[in-house]
Amino acid sequence: MTVEDTSTEENPSVEEAPESVDRSDETARDLEWRGVAAEQREALSERAGIKLVARSRALLRDLLHPYRFSIGLLVVAVVVENLARLATPWLVQRGIDFGVPPLLAGGSAATLVVVVASMVVAVAVQTVTRIFFLRLSGQIGQDVLLELRRRVFRKFLRLDVAFHDSYTSGRAVSRLTSDMDAIAELLQGGFDGLVNAVLSIVGVSVMLLLLDWRLGLLCLGSMAFVVLLLRWFRRESATNYRSVREASAMVIVQFVETMTGIKAVQAYRREPRNQDLFMDLADRFRAINVRTFRLFAVFQPGIRIIGNTATGIVLLIGGLFVLNGSMTVGVLAAFLLYLRQFFEPMQDISQFYSSFQSAISALEKLSGVLEQEDGVPEPSDPTPLPQAHGALDFDDVEFSYVPGVPVLPGLELHVPAGQTVALVGTTGAGKTTIAKLISRFYDPTSGTVRLDGVDLRDLADGDLRRAVTMVTQENVVFAGTIADNIAFGKPGASREEIEAAARVVGAHTFIEALPDTYDTDVAKRGGRLSAGQRQLLVFARAVLADPRVLILDEATSSLDIPSERAVQRALQTLLADRTAVIIAHRLSTVEIADRILVLEHGRIIEDGHPADLLATGGHYASLHESWLSSLA
Amino acid sequence: MRAGPMSASERVRVLYGDSLTRPPSLRHAPERQVPLTSLLRFGPYIRPYRVRFVVMFLAALGGTGISIVIPLVTRQLIDGPIAAGNRQGVFALGAVALGLGLVEGGLAFLRRWVMAIATLGSETGVRLDMYAKLQRLPWGFHARWESGQLLSRIMNDLSTMRRFIGFGLLMIVMNLLQIVVVTSLLLHLYWPMGLVVAVAAVPVVLVCLVNERTYTRLSRGIQDQTGDVASTVEESMQSVRVIKAFGRSQLVYDMFDRRAKVLYATSLARVRNTSRFWTFLEVIPGLALVAVLTIGAFAAAQHHLTLGTLVAFITMMLSLIWPVAALGFLLSMTQDAMTAADRVTEIFDEPEAIADGPLHLEDPRGEIVFDHVSYRFPDASEDVLHDLTLHVRAGETIGIVGGTGSGKTVLTSLVARLVDVTGGCITIDDVDIRELKLANLRSIVATAFEDPTLFSMSVRENLTLGRPEATEEEIEEALETAQAGFVHDLPWGLDTRIGEQGMSLSGGQRQRLALARAILVKPRVLVLDDTLSALDIHTEALVEEALKRVLVGVTGLVVAHRASTVMLADRVALLQNGTITHVGTHRELLASVPEYRDLLSASFDAESELDELEREVAQ
Repeated sequence: MTVEDTSTEENPSVEEAPESVDRSDETARDLEWRGVAAEQREALSERAGIKLVARSRALLRDLLHPYRFSIGLLVVAVVVENLARLATPWLVQRGIDFGVPPLLAGGSAATLVVVVASMVVAVAVQTVTRIFFLRLSGQIGQDVLLELRRRVFRKFLRLDVAFHDSYTSGRAVSRLTSDMDAIAELLQGGFDGLVNAVLSIVGVSVMLLLLDWRLGLLCLGSMAFVVLLLRWFRRESATNYRSVREASAMVIVQFVETMTGIKAVQAYRREPRNQDLFMDLADRFRAINVRTFRLFAVFQPGIRIIGNTATGIVLLIGGLFVLNGSMTVGVLAAFLLYLRQFFEPMQDISQFYSSFQSAISALEKLSGVLEQEDGVPEPSDPTPLPQAHGALDFDDVEFSYVPGVPVLPGLELHVPAGQTVALVGTTGAGKTTIAKLISRFYDPTSGTVRLDGVDLRDLADGDLRRAVTMVTQENVVFAGTIADNIAFGKPGASREEIEAAARVVGAHTFIEALPDTYDTDVAKRGGRLSAGQRQLLVFARAVLADPRVLILDEATSSLDIPSERAVQRALQTLLADRTAVIIAHRLSTVEIADRILVLEHGRIIEDGHPADLLATGGHYASLHESWLSSLA
Repeated sequence: MRAGPMSASERVRVLYGDSLTRPPSLRHAPERQVPLTSLLRFGPYIRPYRVRFVVMFLAALGGTGISIVIPLVTRQLIDGPIAAGNRQGVFALGAVALGLGLVEGGLAFLRRWVMAIATLGSETGVRLDMYAKLQRLPWGFHARWESGQLLSRIMNDLSTMRRFIGFGLLMIVMNLLQIVVVTSLLLHLYWPMGLVVAVAAVPVVLVCLVNERTYTRLSRGIQDQTGDVASTVEESMQSVRVIKAFGRSQLVYDMFDRRAKVLYATSLARVRNTSRFWTFLEVIPGLALVAVLTIGAFAAAQHHLTLGTLVAFITMMLSLIWPVAALGFLLSMTQDAMTAADRVTEIFDEPEAIADGPLHLEDPRGEIVFDHVSYRFPDASEDVLHDLTLHVRAGETIGIVGGTGSGKTVLTSLVARLVDVTGGCITIDDVDIRELKLANLRSIVATAFEDPTLFSMSVRENLTLGRPEATEEEIEEALETAQAGFVHDLPWGLDTRIGEQGMSLSGGQRQRLALARAILVKPRVLVLDDTLSALDIHTEALVEEALKRVLVGVTGLVVAHRASTVMLADRVALLQNGTITHVGTHRELLASVPEYRDLLSASFDAESELDELEREVAQ
């Protein structure tokens, strides 16, 4: 009996964004509610299978290169181990055929002693080589896994924002979690088993032929059936594998979204419909699992039947051979022992196979990420900028997210150090794009963005980040304490500095009211803090970072009016000697600017001091007017 | 083997189609708790498949029996026909061995084939009941539980239990049976050698049991640490823009690396543990084999033992290795299944705090009265809302204004009974809302939340959440009102998938969709929790204009941060420190209540603020 059923398990984390269902697909009809989504990039790239294999093989070679000497040792160890293991049944045969008869005849026990001594040696060799193999291969496996984790994580941190925009965080997370787990699982269970299974099969075949070539050939003949069965299993499980993943991902998505959106679910009496949808998905998942289980139900007993049949026939024919004296009882016994070593590992192959399969596909995806080119590369020979002043220049900057659809068609903009500029305009006018270009989230399609006259592409990342900080409406709060979160702006900041920053933005009061003040652990993703409080924290973080250039992209949208006023008061002093770029829907925030730029379709249509713009009349003046009337 | 003409899918539907409207099939917790109590409570989920479970058990029993018998046949063959030179006998016994081998394989096939439907069917039953239970549990419960926690229960824990019931439990019984029977047989065949085997088995059993504990501890450690690495990864990947904006890649990388290294160390410890364990598992049987061969050879020489017995002996001894070695593993599997069952029953035993009332309001007017309402979070020591009294006339729109943390969001959740008041009561048309059927109440009241939840489904499915039967015209109208016409520009229009797994929308777009969703319900009472905060001025103005029309004849509760939103309301209630302090028209409050003015007059006059500040400092 082997450990069954463990490898067919669904992976419990959301693996992939489930692939969109082709509308012509028969499953599409009952899944209409899910709607249509863009086809998965990965599904497309899978057609280029050969390149994938080459790519992941290259990655594997690269990862294993430092261990080539150890791997050589491993090969030796595993071969020796298997030889020792193979020796045992043969020695049993020697014992029965040559050790026992002299004793029966009342003769010496010398042969038996030699056999027994050899067996002890064989057991010892087997033990030593096995422990060596398991440890060394485990060590290498874990080293490689750690290295791979590090490489992929570092790569993700290095890759540009445009990449992350299209790749999505969900997929990045699966690369680093479920894909890594798949490889870890293979390392833990499958790898050693696979190596041993293959070696046992080869070794045993040789031994069988040596012991008795007629019966040996017969046993090898049974391999033909095994190969047929294996081929069938491989084909079936390959198609099944994907369906299981998809079905489980769909159950998980439906479940998680119901639970995270339970307020909306209950408020809109969505429960019955949800229950129906979930029943469909859970049943789909059940049915596909039944199919998987049945593949195993055919495969493993199938191998057993082939094995048992071979054993039965060996017993029958071998018995006849012994009868007519062309074989000894010892050889027959050895055959029976060898056949166990022959067929048992084969049953296990079905399990290694699925973990092997998922590890391979994980490796393919990981190698894809590692090969990704950085869209915003670090300069090889950076221009040093130890102390920035904060002058910004856009020289004929063109930028488009989608080729052919420019968001900025040739922007010319010069901001002297220390100026506070507000960007005003409708959604899609290019305000945020300008902000992101200054932060070098993207590089311009053509033209240059400069800080103090230096092209951003020539600045080291460290220098740029020290000089430029952007605060967005995405109020990211990290797990940890309030103080940790503020200190993210300046690692190693003292408690005084942290508190000072919080005071500046008016966050000190609410922090003091928290149970452990600055040491309060913000619940995961800031759940316990209100949106406004989170925004204040983020502000404090930016204040602590103390950059020369501060970019505020809708950074006050979640604040209520009193807090916003407090922040504005803080900004007045904070921005006095800094360069600032402010984007805000609410014009109250914009009013503190020295200069206002009104944008439309990526072009500056008005540029001037707020008072002047109001006086001359125009877009800004009319916006301002409608804003005033909205205040009532 | 089918118990009826019904397909497995139909059976699941028949058994669990009504999960939402009835209590779960789970047995009630008995008075006396024994270790297996939680697991036993799942009995009713197995009952529909009991025939299959019996077949499974019998097949396993038969298979074990045959695997014990086959070596005995071998022995008979060697000692009988082969020793006697009886060709017929060789054929006969060979055929028996062959036949038994085939039957054994057939039984293994039968067991697994039958098991698939039975165990997966039971598992799916629990899963459906659990999902229904979770849908019924109130928001207060969900606020306490992370969805990841619930997910691991409904996926991992259920499959752990399924594996135990379909495999672990069966194997424990079969392995014990095999160990006892084979050991007795060995002792019976030739007791000195049987004794060697029995003695050899003792350390193996002990080491397996002891080792299993270390192994389980290491494995759990690895699981936890993998989770730690995963949460770092999750957080970093979701915040990659902020990390870049602050240039903190190294900081984040170091944190990741620390956790990855801890995981690495534990994994290596497990590698060492496994290598020791497996080695041990090979050494002892190897040495036992040496001993058996030695003793056997001498015994055969003295004719205490036949060659056939020796061969059978060795075969049987080797067949004991797996059952003995697996004991530890099976034991920890049992442990895991019991823990999993505890974790799952914990959810099932959660009281459904917000339950249906008996009444049904037909065609309500929509008059809402908050009567000395108070609310306290379950784990808090102070009320968030206290002594809150407010009378909203039918068809009237009331604006709710209050600073951050004044309790506005709780207030809006009370009306649809997403949370229940902890003191006082809320009535609709003079009926306490707790007296109403939940479905009835929630069809009267529609709420649009500040943080709009969109599901990974089509736009249409998201819109018609509260009213699946809405017509195209009604959908159009709602989209028009909420200024959400942008959905037509999505790649597949209303069929485009949105949410996490689909097209991502901006905050403003999401809010407009959530608003359209609320409007589409055509409720008597519309609750808007600062639904317009992410819109730009232009869009906001358009939405407000349209909302004014929608709110005619509808009772409205509108939480507002900005003066423009307040203009939608007939009267405004000022919420301060958890209670309503002032009610009046916008103008009245603006004129008479300084706190109100402070909250809503946004015109920021920097000069005068600074002057004020300087005055304060001077004083």
